[in-house]
Amino acid sequence: MASTYEKIATTTLGTAAGTVTFSSISGAYTDLVVVFVGKLSAAATCFLRYNNDSGSNYSQINVIGDGSTGAINQIRANQTGFRLYDVSVSSNNINILIFNINNYSNTTTYKTTLHRCSDTGGTSEVGMGVSSWRDTSAINRLDFVTGAGTWSVGSTFTIYGILAA
Amino acid sequence: MMAATYTLISSVTVGSGGAANIEFTSIPATYTDLLVKLSGRSSRSGAVAEEFLLTFNNNTSGYSERWLRGTGVSAGTSTFSGSSIQQLGQTGAAATANTFANWEFYIPNYAGSNNKPISLDGVTESNSATEGHALAYLSAGLWSNSAAITSIKLSAGSYLAVEHSTAYLYGISNA
Repeated sequence: MASTYEKIATTTLGTAAGTVTFSSISGAYTDLVVVFVGKLSAAATCFLRYNNDSGSNYSQINVIGDGSTGAINQIRANQTGFRLYDVSVSSNNINILIFNINNYSNTTTYKTTLHRCSDTGGTSEVGMGVSSWRDTSAINRLDFVTGAGTWSVGSTFTIYGILAA
Repeated sequence: MMAATYTLISSVTVGSGGAANIEFTSIPATYTDLLVKLSGRSSRSGAVAEEFLLTFNNNTSGYSERWLRGTGVSAGTSTFSGSSIQQLGQTGAAATANTFANWEFYIPNYAGSNNKPISLDGVTESNSATEGHALAYLSAGLWSNSAAITSIKLSAGSYLAVEHSTAYLYGISNA
């Protein structure tokens, strides 16, 4: 029986890094699932970018719970990357980010991503949302970029391919 | 052929009479992450929803969670710390017959020595338009414990998980 859920690539940081890149992603799958488990060295705005595009081509809608102030509805338009939720810098807590990038290799539609954040750190959030990258190119590269600080040692980034065929 | 990355470890289907707990024991450490898929209903009468309680390794300390819940009209967020992960709403006995809640838990690096984060998503269902008869949950859980997770227990609290409730445990491997 064909495997329908395959690891494409994984990186566990042995040294802290400001950017983590996956390039030459095969277009052979139907969808991608990306799982990040880790934290940052310092609080910062972080982005996920497709195909190294840093233009203002990303938009997203989020619903977030911070544990105290009620549900937060958030719209971010014309971002220079798919802006990630608050990623924990707490020493004891680890953030989970899961992205579902459906139909990532087609060349006729803008790319939509479903995303989910879980963190129980001090100023952190639980949330989900949807984002759009206004480009019809097949996605063949992912960059996880920090605005300040670095992705901490031990953080793990994994890409899985989902196959419908 | 590539190694399988998404493997069924075990499953539970609750039989006639219901069950106080749904448990997975002797979980091997050979995977990277765990994924649980739960379809549940509580025997609690008079309630359209009732919580199940999630614990690991039969340990009842060190749990915390931050959650967001929608009722169909409003949404709220809060935190909790205690003896289990508790924001696991299941469809209750007062809900429409044959409706079950639907949950998914993702537990990365479950065999490592760090504290264990858990990403939980779920809904209850009652096939009703009444506010609160169906709930949607997002939750970020944390078990502050360095032990590898070797068992998972879903307790129905003072009630039972009813017949036909199911749970599936999958191992996700990035090796």
